[in-house]
Amino acid sequence: MRRWLLWLPLCAFGVIVAVVAWGLYRPADRTVYSRLVGQPLPDFTLAPMVQGKPGVSSADFRQGTPRLLNVFASWCVPCIAEAPHLMTLKAAGVPIDAVAINDKPDAVTRFLRRNGDPYARIGDDRHSRLQLALGSSGVPETFVIDARGRIVKQHVGDIRAEDVPILLQTLAAAK
Amino acid sequence: MTAEFGLAALWLAAALAVLQCALATLGLARGRAEAFGAVRAAAVVQGALVAAAMAALIACFLASDMSVALVATNSHSMKPWLYKLAGAWGNHEGSMLLWVTILGLAGGAVARFERRLAERTLMATLGAQAAIALGFYAFLLFASNPFARLDPAPADGAGLNPLLQDPGLAFHPPTLYAGYVGLSVAFSFAVGALVTRDVGPVFARAMRPWVLIAWTFLTLGITAGSYWAYYELGWGGWWFWDPVENASLMPWLAATALLHSVSVLATRDGLRAWTVMLAVVAFSMSMLGTFLVRSGILTSVHAFAVDPARGSFILALLVLYIGAALVLFALRIGTVRQGTPFDPLSREGSLVANNLLLTVILGIVLIGTFYPIVAAAFGTQLSVGPPFFDSTAGPVALLLVAVMAAGPLMRWRREDGEALLQRMTWPIAATLAAGAGVFVLAGPIRPLPLAGIALAAGLAVASLAPLARRNLRRAPLFLYGMVVAHLGIAVSLAGMAASTAFTRETLAAVGAGEPVRVAGYSVTLDGVRPVIGDNWTALEARLSVLDDDGARFVLRPQVRYFTDPVTSTNESAIATLAGGQLYTVLGAMGEDGRWQLRLWWKPFVTLIWLGGALIALGGILSLVGHVLRERRQRRPVASEVPA
Repeated sequence: MRRWLLWLPLCAFGVIVAVVAWGLYRPADRTVYSRLVGQPLPDFTLAPMVQGKPGVSSADFRQGTPRLLNVFASWCVPCIAEAPHLMTLKAAGVPIDAVAINDKPDAVTRFLRRNGDPYARIGDDRHSRLQLALGSSGVPETFVIDARGRIVKQHVGDIRAEDVPILLQTLAAAK
Repeated sequence: MTAEFGLAALWLAAALAVLQCALATLGLARGRAEAFGAVRAAAVVQGALVAAAMAALIACFLASDMSVALVATNSHSMKPWLYKLAGAWGNHEGSMLLWVTILGLAGGAVARFERRLAERTLMATLGAQAAIALGFYAFLLFASNPFARLDPAPADGAGLNPLLQDPGLAFHPPTLYAGYVGLSVAFSFAVGALVTRDVGPVFARAMRPWVLIAWTFLTLGITAGSYWAYYELGWGGWWFWDPVENASLMPWLAATALLHSVSVLATRDGLRAWTVMLAVVAFSMSMLGTFLVRSGILTSVHAFAVDPARGSFILALLVLYIGAALVLFALRIGTVRQGTPFDPLSREGSLVANNLLLTVILGIVLIGTFYPIVAAAFGTQLSVGPPFFDSTAGPVALLLVAVMAAGPLMRWRREDGEALLQRMTWPIAATLAAGAGVFVLAGPIRPLPLAGIALAAGLAVASLAPLARRNLRRAPLFLYGMVVAHLGIAVSLAGMAASTAFTRETLAAVGAGEPVRVAGYSVTLDGVRPVIGDNWTALEARLSVLDDDGARFVLRPQVRYFTDPVTSTNESAIATLAGGQLYTVLGAMGEDGRWQLRLWWKPFVTLIWLGGALIALGGILSLVGHVLRERRQRRPVASEVPA
């Protein structure tokens, strides 16, 4: 056997280690993105969450204007952080509907009183069924739905000040 | 106090490992034979000390001592005692301690019982073993102390992941670790033999029992793990090509290859360099497996705590040990004399083919497992799943089965092709008959399962052939070991192929009293009621099953809700019947009050695990057979001729 061949196993091992080390130290983006982006919104009808505000159904999103669908919960801390930015979007004339995940009417009413109420409708998704159907992995998440009821963008995590203009652009393009 | 005692024992064991390693190095470098006795003693005491540390940790768990951080985060005083016990290794720190405990005990056993190897080689082996143990002691003591205290102690613990609250957990990790560690002993032997250039039949016979032990435990661990995933996850599958499953499969493949090449080295003094290489590869695969599981770099159903720091530590150990061994290999193996030559068509030749095919499968699994990381480096997110593994590893595995059928029927050194063909008449006939039979009875099915069933029949006949025309009472035990293990592969393969080809699945939303049909069974939901267990509550469905022959029985699948921590699991209900298993899973209730039911009919699926058990039994028979023969041969009047 040739001498240099004997070093081959070490080289192969070196390659494996390099791959593994890179996998270990790379900045990991473990965000779960929905496969439904670009697809029509699944059919659903959710009962109203709070008194005096209607529930949400998929039919509401095919009325010719793009809308935001915000997935939130009263028990979620980042949802409090994004509340002012949702109010900014509302002030800019964006219609926003919401799905409250795993929540109670009293708690949601209190949350809205404290943090402001940007929502046109709020649906009750007590067992996260719609959330799972949307391919959403947590709260808060915001979906941009175009005029024909298709999901054009999924925003994972809370909306920050710098996200507001991007969302407005996407909405304008989704008409 | 118990925790402090355990920590002290662990430190002492680490100190002894330093001593053992240093003494072995000095003894070898200076040629001092008197160091040898001390190295042996150090290995035995080190094993006892680390076992004491493990016992201390188990005591803490059994006593639910919540002032120990590990107990508080992984146990709960209300858990049944078996899960308190299993909780001791159902977490990162505890499992690493278990790892090093088995390592220490194995090192002690080598030091105490190994009498065949030359002293210098054994000293180098024990030195290598201590060096490995030292890395893990450092890991435990500096990066993951299992005995750390909590002050103030919490009132109660956080509980154990409910998926892990299963009798399977009590045995699954210790079994796999015993396998991994057995391979570390083989690795140490290989390093020892490289250091003293002493690669030969004696070395192979010393190493063989450890390889057999490791391989048997890995087989048991994989079989049990597969069954656990089958009934606990509620997905109806028995192998998912999940990275962590692959992590246990890769060492098994390497160990299987090693097991066969070590036999060639022991009996025929061939395949010297290759055997040493395989010993190194097999241990690297178990280290890589440990790394994969502990670092969490690949997404998996086995959601362990992910911690890059720990991953880095194991990676560093991996580089150190395997890198050093491969450098030693490259420098030394050229100076090891070549073994006895042989003809390509011979028992040795078939074993080489077996080794090459196993290595190819190992390569496929390795590439498939790590490819997502490589792809991510080029900016693509992907996962590699069953379609890849089935279509690549499957055909190679079937080829391997064909070689496996022929191999044991060949002679050593040189085989006559015509004579072999004559001996293969019955196996070939069985293969063709089974293939044709399935085709006639079941109609056209996919080629891979069809070939699987046909080859399983051929292999079953071929595996029994070495016993034909032999006096069954005088045939050596290790021959029975081989026969049983190969038969086990045939049985398991038949189960895999048949259940893949003929599984029937039904998914339905049903109200009470509505029957659903799957295969020849009519399943009716009688109702759903709440039940309360030790530390969970559940919704339990009562399913009445009526088969076409009029027999009735009841199955009760559950959805369990755990409170500490809050999780739910699907407890499948499985009926094992003559021709297979009826597998039922209860899903969620829909808006309209109907329940989701998932039903599978899985014909012959039990054969998979029955085969696994047979394979392990073969390993045990072979181990006992070889050990008994060695003992007989050590007596002065040994007269047995090698088979």
